[in-house]
Amino acid sequence: MQQVGIEIKNVIKEFPARRGEEPVRAVDNISLQIYEGEFFALLGPSGCGKTTTLRMIAGFEEPSSGEIILRGKPVQGVPPFHRPVNTVFQDYALFPHMTVLQNVMFGLEMAGVNAREARDRAAAALEMVRLKQFDRKPRQLSGGQQQRVALARALVKQPAVLLLDEPLGALDLKLRKEMQYELMQMQEELNMTFVYVTHDQEEALTMCDRIAVMDRGKVLQVGRGNEIYETPHSRFVADFIGETNFIEGKLTAINGKKATVVLPGGVEVEATPDQTGTSLNSSVTVAIRPEKITLVHVSLPTDQGLNARVSTAEVMSAIETEEDRTFVPGTIIFSNYIGTDTRYTVRIGESSTLIVREQNFGNFKDITFKVGDQVMVFWATENARVLIQ
Amino acid sequence: MATRSMAIHIDEGRIRRDLTVRKAGKIGMILEPLFAYFFLWAPIIVLVIFSFNDSRSVATWRGFTLRWYGNILSGAVGAEARFSTELMLSALGTSLVVALIATLIATVIGTAVSMSLVRGNYPAKSLVDGLLLLPVVIPEITQAVSLLLFFSAIFDFVGTTTGVRISPGIGTVIIGHVVFNISYVAIVVRARLADMNPHLEEAASDLGANPWRTFWRVTFPLILPGIISGALLAFTLSLDDFVVTFFNSGPGTTTLPVYVYGLIKLSVSPEINALSTLMLLASTVLIGISMALQGRNAGRG
Repeated sequence: MQQVGIEIKNVIKEFPARRGEEPVRAVDNISLQIYEGEFFALLGPSGCGKTTTLRMIAGFEEPSSGEIILRGKPVQGVPPFHRPVNTVFQDYALFPHMTVLQNVMFGLEMAGVNAREARDRAAAALEMVRLKQFDRKPRQLSGGQQQRVALARALVKQPAVLLLDEPLGALDLKLRKEMQYELMQMQEELNMTFVYVTHDQEEALTMCDRIAVMDRGKVLQVGRGNEIYETPHSRFVADFIGETNFIEGKLTAINGKKATVVLPGGVEVEATPDQTGTSLNSSVTVAIRPEKITLVHVSLPTDQGLNARVSTAEVMSAIETEEDRTFVPGTIIFSNYIGTDTRYTVRIGESSTLIVREQNFGNFKDITFKVGDQVMVFWATENARVLIQ
Repeated sequence: MATRSMAIHIDEGRIRRDLTVRKAGKIGMILEPLFAYFFLWAPIIVLVIFSFNDSRSVATWRGFTLRWYGNILSGAVGAEARFSTELMLSALGTSLVVALIATLIATVIGTAVSMSLVRGNYPAKSLVDGLLLLPVVIPEITQAVSLLLFFSAIFDFVGTTTGVRISPGIGTVIIGHVVFNISYVAIVVRARLADMNPHLEEAASDLGANPWRTFWRVTFPLILPGIISGALLAFTLSLDDFVVTFFNSGPGTTTLPVYVYGLIKLSVSPEINALSTLMLLASTVLIGISMALQGRNAGRG
């Protein structure tokens, strides 16, 4: 059993009302358990409360109610300078009047470490982030280098928890990818708890052990990256993380792990019901990822009758599997070539559309689809999820 | 759909008119500041020129001399120079003492006020912020008279309750100068502080610095140029001040501007021109340093 490093219990943070405005509830009753040595992400759009949550852990803000427990100790009323927590700020917040080395030594000096030892430890921390310009002032460094100084400065005190507030947001894409990798390595090496605030779902999926998805002050879902991606519990989570098709319909039957939803126009699809459960005949949304859908050609026998390639029955028998699958006929209405994939827009039923991603492997002219083609769309039932609206 | 090209109609007369207006505007752009600067600087230039005039007359130019500057410094008295170096130096001494002490006090208080205004979070903050500007905008004479009344009320009260008689002097002058200087210092320091990234103080706190150490290790070094610049401004204003000083000095406390005023009551002598020129020079240098400090480092941090 993993040990809990940070426990957040029913925390609410309300900022007082400005003139003529309602008080703002930035964090609305959240509870989280973050384990020791875990790389944990707080993920959400701007204004979702993720940074406020981080600032409460750091001690810059006090919760309006609820409790934050660091390594078993409630930290209510403990000022930031007495918390075993260090922060990497989004804008780095390096002291402009100090050199790189002085910046990194600052925390050690404040802790009363003698100058010699502080210098050695700061140098070691800078070496770890692979920075050699000890005597430069921060403004003489590039963004990436400043980022490294900020990291060294926060790590040098060996905090129980390292808080990172969108630390890579200001870097360009290539550097960001590099730093992501380095941060992951560093976290593993130090076996330190990292709490990482980001609005970038890809970054959270890439780097973090577990992710808490936040929206409007609430935690919507906590879990490993693949859990959140594969089994989102809400429309917001499904939409925020990756691309998702949402098709609206009416729930007509639930049979164990299989729900039947009727789309406008009478097309029936099958999907996995959400854990929270929904009542029959209510309006529901079926969420399905574009890459989980497969397209096959069908040309129903027409008067010309000659271009039929595969019949539905043939398709169904061709896919030898015990998995439950849903088959729906559709029409390609738009096709968009994007290099590795082609994105198709497919109309099913009367008014529903689906985005389908097909990888462009090989040079199989046969499996590319043209606008107007009649196709058969299918997916594994477990990959489609019924969400309550 | 067929596109149809349209003939372009050019009204040459109108273009010519517009260009003439534009030309007139350009000339105006140059003339306007010339006029403004002429009115600003002409009297000062006359003063400076006549401080080198080889005649007691302040109306006609008789050739170049440094005599009046010599008179100021050499201690010449009598018919030739209606001027006492000794009295002037004593007034200058008083001015410097007043300016130094008032600047020191105003700088400390002004910096504290600006910290409270920028970092603080309390209900009446905008009101306090507005009140800060008051000493800058109310007429100096109002301020001087109100201080005079305030001091006499206090001295009366102290006199009747304890029997101790206090009279205005250098102390009241210093307090008066502190009063108006606080605003100037606070405004200059506030601008500097508002430019500073508030995350820097949070970072210091995060790294284990208590508020006291955060101030001295991070905030103070970063706003120091603002504090120095505010102090220089205060020092200059204090040196130059006449109205507040005149009303609140009582007998026996004479600053340099008050002394100059005393001389002028008799007649405008060339020594006054020379002395004023020197004061102008000193103020210009101080303000120049103050402005250079405000400009430097701005936006950094």
